[in-house]
Amino acid sequence: MAKKIESKVIDVLKRGTPFGRLEEGDVFNENLKIEDVWINMGPQHPSTHGVLRLVLALQGERIVDMEVVIGYLHRGTEKLAEFRTYHQFIPLTDRLDYLASPAMNFGYVLAVEKLAGIEVPIRAEYIRVLMAELARISSHLLWLATHALDIGAMTVFLYCFREREMILDLFEMATGGRLITTYYRIGGVANDLPDYFLDRCEEFCEIFPKRVEDYDALLYSNRIWLSRTVNIAKISAEKGLALGLSGPSIRGSGVNWDLRRSNPYSVYDKLDFEVAVFDGCDVYARYLVRRKEMLESCKIVKQCIEWLKKNPGGEVQAKVPKVFKPPVGEVYQAVEAPKGELGFYIVSDGSQRPYRLKIRAPSFANLMSLPEMCKGHLVADVVAAIGSIDVVLGEVDR
Amino acid sequence: MDVLMSDILTALIRIIVVFALALLTVAYLTYLERKVIGHMQVRMGPMRVGPHGLLQPIADGLKLFFKEDIVPTEGYRLTFYFAPILCLVCALILFAVIPFDAKFMISRLNIGLLYILSIASVGVMGIILAGWSSGSKYSLLGGLRSAAQIFSYEIFLGFSLMGPLMIAGSLDLVKIVEAQSVPFIVYQPVAFVIYLIAALGEINRVPFDLPEAESELVAGFHTEYSGMKFAYFFLAEYANMIIVSAIATIVFLAGWKGPILPGWMWFLIKMFIFIYFFIWVRATFPRYRYDQFMRIGWKIMLPLVLANIFVTGVVILFIGGY
Repeated sequence: MAKKIESKVIDVLKRGTPFGRLEEGDVFNENLKIEDVWINMGPQHPSTHGVLRLVLALQGERIVDMEVVIGYLHRGTEKLAEFRTYHQFIPLTDRLDYLASPAMNFGYVLAVEKLAGIEVPIRAEYIRVLMAELARISSHLLWLATHALDIGAMTVFLYCFREREMILDLFEMATGGRLITTYYRIGGVANDLPDYFLDRCEEFCEIFPKRVEDYDALLYSNRIWLSRTVNIAKISAEKGLALGLSGPSIRGSGVNWDLRRSNPYSVYDKLDFEVAVFDGCDVYARYLVRRKEMLESCKIVKQCIEWLKKNPGGEVQAKVPKVFKPPVGEVYQAVEAPKGELGFYIVSDGSQRPYRLKIRAPSFANLMSLPEMCKGHLVADVVAAIGSIDVVLGEVDR
Repeated sequence: MDVLMSDILTALIRIIVVFALALLTVAYLTYLERKVIGHMQVRMGPMRVGPHGLLQPIADGLKLFFKEDIVPTEGYRLTFYFAPILCLVCALILFAVIPFDAKFMISRLNIGLLYILSIASVGVMGIILAGWSSGSKYSLLGGLRSAAQIFSYEIFLGFSLMGPLMIAGSLDLVKIVEAQSVPFIVYQPVAFVIYLIAALGEINRVPFDLPEAESELVAGFHTEYSGMKFAYFFLAEYANMIIVSAIATIVFLAGWKGPILPGWMWFLIKMFIFIYFFIWVRATFPRYRYDQFMRIGWKIMLPLVLANIFVTGVVILFIGGY
């Protein structure tokens, strides 16, 4: 991206500057170029979360080009799937987006169930949705925390972690794990919810909307927050769709596309919630989308609790053979993960193991629109832009 | 001779007292900041070293003291060593003219305020030198940012003190305090607000901590610094925070004046109100982008502060001084 020195500059040099004058006959290389400064952001940079590397071409502090270098967290998850039985692969899905592991389990078990035509007990469906929505809130809380911290607001960070802690406690109650839950099974969930879980969960739903007001007090109409996010890292709906942007990031560009509504799975068609869509196309719009989604998820959780309280007892696991062999065939199933559209494409040859498993990870696709968002902005805006698409590298590199 | 000797002795004692107290306050300011922000963020702050973490600053100091002193191979060794010293010295010699009480100060200069402003601008040279001599791109960007920042905030900082100066009619800090039968904050509210904003810029704190924005520039100009040299920058930063609070106290809040309590106590109370304010701001606000900070400075604050000087001048002309 180097620029040739313009003839105007050479004229000025010939006329003379305080630093000297270009004399007639001086050798002057007209092909001399003004080089951009190339700068490495990450993988050790505090804002790239340890495993992402960005190579930025700068003119001053303005970004003229950007390259995303990934692969620092590659573990070969897709290949590993070919050497594990369908049951054994579930714990590996946790490690994709480790900040919302129930949502990752969800996508995988749905795909396998669709492939084998397994009917899941209705109670298990509600428990699954409940856990997935809690995971969405927890993931969005962590996003808000780090996003705000990157822009310099450090108190929001600790406030968000306070509430996330409550959700992790709930996870621990139900599954024994806090971050990596491995709660879903093919045909249901591992076990029914423990006593008092629903009451504790209800308590959380009472408190949470009030806590969102706390965050709003620090950010929602804060002038500095607005000036750092409004009109920053814009991406149009067409461009975003072309680059495969999905989830809250594309809903911030005014595209009403939420798989829970557009292509309902599980029991989402029986639940009442709004899809958050804002059309600012910028960082602020994406912030608004996620903020509203947290509140909507809270509403969904409440409805699940209500249903589960009204219909106590019952099966949470369909009859699935220990030696599980789905029929020959292929299947694609996508769910709305906190980061966007998470798809599992499974090819089965009738054996105990998948013949091939491909994961459509939302963060991977979302990350590819980062250079598009950042060009022409300042270095400080890169940080805001990374935050606004909410990448988790576990999912990008797989 | 005896008179001279006793003069030197009293001066020496004053210097030792002021500097020892200043360094101790600076060290415990880090503790105060961590505690206050901690409680604002529903957590405890340091708790482990000593009761309620009271020995934490000392532990931090010791840790930094024993750290390996690294100089980057690409760096310019001489300036790399010189920069933190320049920063700290410039911050500390400012304490020389601060009147903590009607009588208690190291030296009474008749151009005290001018002295403070000029030494403060030399101090920023240290930051630029540090950024340049580190031989790292992040440091350089941090240094360049602060270079741009000096031009902006120095002007408003100076101009915002101009209104009170015109009323007091002196650059002598003691005379400025004596001139305030009513604190100047009453006559000069606009100047006061602008001074506070410019002061946030001067001491590189949120929302204007651009030269060391950690999420963008790692640690800005002191990315490559470690050990005691890093501690120097750190101390200089907190010393500057005390200085700007002290100036605000002297120029806008009538310094040591106040009922009942002794003067120095009033001075400290007022000063810590400002320090608390700076800490509070840090817990509350995100960070501006540096071009936005420039825009605020040149397009909003500069016209305002010039208008303030003009209005003050007109009023003095017609009323004939306060």
